[in-house]
Amino acid sequence: MIRYTLKRFLSLCISLAVASLLIFFVIEIAPGDPASFMLGINAQPDTVAALRAELGLDVPKFERYLAWTQGMLTGDFGMSYTYRMPISQMVADRLWVSLPLALFALALSTIIALPAGIYAAARRGKTGDVAVMSATQLGVAIPNFWFAMMLVLIFAIKLRWFAGGGFAGWDKGLGAVMWSLTLPAISLALPQAAILARVMRSALLDVMNEDFMRTARAKGLTTTQTLWKHGLRNALIPVLTIIGLQFSFLLAGGIIIEQVFYLPGLGRLVFQAISARDLIVVESVVMLLVFAVIVVNFAVDLAYATVDPRLKART
Amino acid sequence: MNRNLIIGLIFSAIAILAALVSFIWTPFDHVAMNIPAKLQTPNLIHWFGTDHFGRDIFSMIMVGARTSIAVAFVAVGIGMGLGIPLGLWAAARKGSYVDELIMRANDLIFAFPSLVIAILITATFGAGAVNAIIAIGIFNIPVFARVVRGGAMPIWEREFILAARVAGKKAAHISVEHILPNVLNLLIVQATIQFSLGILAEAALSYVGLGAQPPTPSWGRMLADAQTLVSIAPHLALIPGFAIIITVMGLNLMGDGLRDYLNPRTRVARE
Amino acid sequence: MSLLDITNLSLSIDGTPILRDVSLSVNTGEIVAVTGESGSGKSLTALATMGLLPTRSQTTGTITLEGQDLLTTSEADLCNIRGNNIGMVFQEPMTALNPVQTIGVQVAETILIHSTMSKSDAMARAADVLTRVGLPQEQFPLSRYPHELSGGQRQRVVIAMAIALRPKLLIADEPTTALDVTTQAQILDLLQDLARDYDMGLLMITHDLAVVSDMADKIVVMRLGEVVEQGETKSLLTNMQHAYTKMLFAASRHQVELPNLPASDVLLSVKNVVRDYTTPRKTVFGSKGVFRALNGVSFDIKRGERLGLVGESGCGKSTITRSILGLENVQDGEITLDGAPVFTGRKPNLAVRRKMQVVFQDPFGSFNPRHKVARLITEPFHLHETPLNQQERQRLINQTLTAVGLNPSDANKYIHQFSGGQRQRIAIARALIIQPDLIVFDEAVSALDVSVRAQILDLLANLSAKYNLTYLFISHDLSVVRTITDRVLVMQRGEIVEQGETEQVFTAPNHPYTQELIAAAPVLPDLQHLKG
Repeated sequence: MIRYTLKRFLSLCISLAVASLLIFFVIEIAPGDPASFMLGINAQPDTVAALRAELGLDVPKFERYLAWTQGMLTGDFGMSYTYRMPISQMVADRLWVSLPLALFALALSTIIALPAGIYAAARRGKTGDVAVMSATQLGVAIPNFWFAMMLVLIFAIKLRWFAGGGFAGWDKGLGAVMWSLTLPAISLALPQAAILARVMRSALLDVMNEDFMRTARAKGLTTTQTLWKHGLRNALIPVLTIIGLQFSFLLAGGIIIEQVFYLPGLGRLVFQAISARDLIVVESVVMLLVFAVIVVNFAVDLAYATVDPRLKART
Repeated sequence: MNRNLIIGLIFSAIAILAALVSFIWTPFDHVAMNIPAKLQTPNLIHWFGTDHFGRDIFSMIMVGARTSIAVAFVAVGIGMGLGIPLGLWAAARKGSYVDELIMRANDLIFAFPSLVIAILITATFGAGAVNAIIAIGIFNIPVFARVVRGGAMPIWEREFILAARVAGKKAAHISVEHILPNVLNLLIVQATIQFSLGILAEAALSYVGLGAQPPTPSWGRMLADAQTLVSIAPHLALIPGFAIIITVMGLNLMGDGLRDYLNPRTRVARE
Repeated sequence: MSLLDITNLSLSIDGTPILRDVSLSVNTGEIVAVTGESGSGKSLTALATMGLLPTRSQTTGTITLEGQDLLTTSEADLCNIRGNNIGMVFQEPMTALNPVQTIGVQVAETILIHSTMSKSDAMARAADVLTRVGLPQEQFPLSRYPHELSGGQRQRVVIAMAIALRPKLLIADEPTTALDVTTQAQILDLLQDLARDYDMGLLMITHDLAVVSDMADKIVVMRLGEVVEQGETKSLLTNMQHAYTKMLFAASRHQVELPNLPASDVLLSVKNVVRDYTTPRKTVFGSKGVFRALNGVSFDIKRGERLGLVGESGCGKSTITRSILGLENVQDGEITLDGAPVFTGRKPNLAVRRKMQVVFQDPFGSFNPRHKVARLITEPFHLHETPLNQQERQRLINQTLTAVGLNPSDANKYIHQFSGGQRQRIAIARALIIQPDLIVFDEAVSALDVSVRAQILDLLANLSAKYNLTYLFISHDLSVVRTITDRVLVMQRGEIVEQGETEQVFTAPNHPYTQELIAAAPVLPDLQHLKG
């Protein structure tokens, strides 16, 4: 187990290093110069040069890369060009919107999808299964931002149960925060739930064909008991991986959803920074998101090994 | 032919036909503005109604189909063109450093949230259809590599491959002659899935303004434009949404149907 | 009243009749063997008794266990009976256990379902049962997982689960088919022992007639869903009535006449071959392990000679085969065919490869399902330096197909249109077509039904006479090797422990391992002996 953990950790570090290099590299070869963009077309060359010096843009690339990565390791993401604020401060506030949203959506998705998938597998071929499969076929085809618009139309505009957007703010308490995140979380969760339900169903169906299920029946277990005691745990192994992947989809998907609901999260920050060509903000936020995803994958790998004894032994 | 396959083919065909026909005919010019006729709900003249500039939505949908399909299609092409050879190579050299390298690179790309990187790429290099294709296509490569490798590995263990090796055939020859035809089924199904995912990804990128730029129409951007008007003119959002849903559903159903149709076990059971 | 009475059982699945009027009985303490070839319906009879038939099955007739008709019993009641009054052991031990649960939990589960014991009591009882089946606690604690056990050990766990509550009836469906000869003997002994000890009825399904003759009190012979003959073992063996029974037993002890071996020189020479595999590191900073699959293996095959190779799994048979065929390189030693080495440096010599061909075990997996037979059997032509012209190619195809007992018109068919035996003929055709000097038969008849196997052995003897074949015949089935080879090698753990003339080795083995192997292999009794 220790060996496995170390191997996975090494993988994580390499991924992060490569990711930082790639992200930095991509931003570096971006056309256009932030300083001249900020000052406009008519700016004087020496003003531009002065701004460049002030922003630290005339330092050689490699030094800037090192400074950036070192800074990130200590939590210092540098200064935004446009806002002249420490990025870490800007990010911290936004994180408290994006992260709860992703977690809320993950919880919703799992709570809806797993029972639906199990139900469909247990009633394979019958009406219940067909109903779930049809619903999921629809669910995976729905773009989440369109679904968000529809939810706003029905629940905010027509029924007035929810506000059409905006974030309550943590100072208003957990209840208010959850309420303002409900429609966004649902719009994120439902399409993912459709995918997860299908994965759960197919994993369970695969397991139901395994020999050890027949052995369990031969011992005297009923079909339901066999499903719960033997089938489910084995089926959850691949499902666990997907749930981990879902978190990264939800974090990324949240970026778009925030646009629909005017939520002050990381997504909005990124898009504002893109318009302002504040590339250092873009760099840092993207790096942060990638970091979150890689760490979650690492956690999933570890969980995987705890659940499946064969993995512990193989490594 | 099963039901999924038939429905899927029909739905997908609708989208593809719309795109193809749009090259020779649309009811109206999709860029022609007609302010007096703005915000009409679907009627006999404008079958899908008009938008806030009086443009005919039906025509916009038809031409928008071109963008979605073209972007998704070429992205799948990139994924298959690079992913399949890599996957075949990795499976042929299973356990060697080549295999390790390809698998590590795959894992690395999978670790990245694709949408975020796609936004990064299009934001940095400029918005537009071409960059969207590249951004989406890059993430298709590890998918196909992994699927091919996963399908190829058990085939390499089969005795008829051993027989081919005893006959003196080299790994590359065997990969093309024996392995590839036997993983084709898996690939076709995966291609339809990636195609549908490509359409969704293109729509998302266009929605945030990073996909195809005006005047090239795109379903995603139609949705972005519709957002502020959704309370007074819901059809502006509903119709492009339905277009996306039907196309994606069609492709997914086709993928499911093909999977059952091509699998000798499920096919024999039905015959 | 018998323990188990199956009367006029007929079964159809999805409208297709599978079993017709099957009747048999098992008494307490009796061992009844149901035997037959594939498709005879033996396994389905067993599944019907357990009530584990596939969903779209329809049955008529009765299956009574101590008077109670199982076919009309409710599913809930059947759940009470399974594991409690009837235990079942299946064929594939490697996949029969839940991989994420310990063996202790799985065995204890049987106990916990049917009794009101506490968890700790059930685990203690499970430990007892596991010890009884030959897995003592010191070496196999309850916390072991299935993947830590070998095939034979897993089968013992399955048996433990089945007998934990001392059921009245134990059903075993081909319990040893997937196991090595020595392990098979141990498991069969265990089953017999348990049946006698617990006074259980044992219904044993097996295609192996030698096992049947050895173990069973009663034999039931099935064919295509019907019982063709049954009776007490000794009387059935000495007085077979039905033609099929006679054919089956004759095929099982079928022997072929090999042509005489002329004096000749050495064709294949294997000298001190060593093959190592690297194994993964055990600890974080430890070194990679080395597994020695072949440890200085040496032998020769003379031209025209038919050499057998026997050994159990892991002995190195497949490794030496692949090395000879040039598919894997060796770390040390030399393999030469007609004086020319198979490998030069790291690359195999195609000129040498051209002179060797192989026939594999699996008639279903040996061929690419998408190609026609003509393309399949001409694959070795790839080794030719100059490609053949169309006429020559066609002539060879026709000639070879006829030689193996098929029709030249079969060249245009697909492989799924042929039966298992026919596919092996096609495999032999593929090996023969470039007229190699040496053919390697790798478990080539192991997957075939006994009657088909006899035909293929006849074919080999014919071809041997006609073409003066030289071959290496690898098999775990000692009776087959005994009849089809002149000389035999016995391998164990990467080494040849004994070699010599086949008859000599079989009648008077020297090495203790050979003796163990031969003693473990079940043999069909000599009928003269029985009658007398």
